[in-house]
Amino acid sequence: MESLLSNFLAKYNYWVYIGLVMIGMYAMIAKRNLVKKIIGMNIVQTAVILFYVSIGAKKGKTIPIIAHGHEETGHHAAQAIDYISPLPHVLMLTAIVVSVATLGVALALAIKIYRQYGTLEEDEIALRINEP
Amino acid sequence: MIWPVDLIIMVLVMICGIGAIMVRDLLGAAILFGAYSFMMCLLWAIMGAVDVAFTEASVGAGVSAVFFVAAVFRTSRRTKD
Repeated sequence: MESLLSNFLAKYNYWVYIGLVMIGMYAMIAKRNLVKKIIGMNIVQTAVILFYVSIGAKKGKTIPIIAHGHEETGHHAAQAIDYISPLPHVLMLTAIVVSVATLGVALALAIKIYRQYGTLEEDEIALRINEP
Repeated sequence: MIWPVDLIIMVLVMICGIGAIMVRDLLGAAILFGAYSFMMCLLWAIMGAVDVAFTEASVGAGVSAVFFVAAVFRTSRRTKD
């Protein structure tokens, strides 16, 4: 029982991930302001990136750069167990760029909606769509 | 002993995330979102993902915060929730 509890507490990255996804989902669903919804979408994206980086992380290991790799002192095999896995990092670099692109498109649409209807609140936009 | 820094930054990430969606001013929400992104960047630097960390610091925190502030100045700061 004790080992089970400590096992749950040791992986606190994943609890933070769950909490951040819930915060972002709440903002996307319950908030009525468009910019607040976009902030919620970005929080969900960074939470997913946190999840992937947590998969690759190892306690007490170094970053994936081979030490003394440039010296001419003969080659020795690099042990993969000594390094943090770089594969999730490379995948998440793409995800960060995609998140900024979606943020730009979403904010451009929000500015367009504001110019058309004069407000950013969803309920007021719905009223003004139905008016004339 | 590095783990308390880790935990403190995770608590700050949660606080900044909750504050960014709770504050009733869109400019304040944008600034809090920038703080959230920088805390996330510190977290990844601690976890050993340095390339993700500096991409997030420049693109995620810098450019995203500038986009938000520009969009808020072009529209309005008013929000009801």
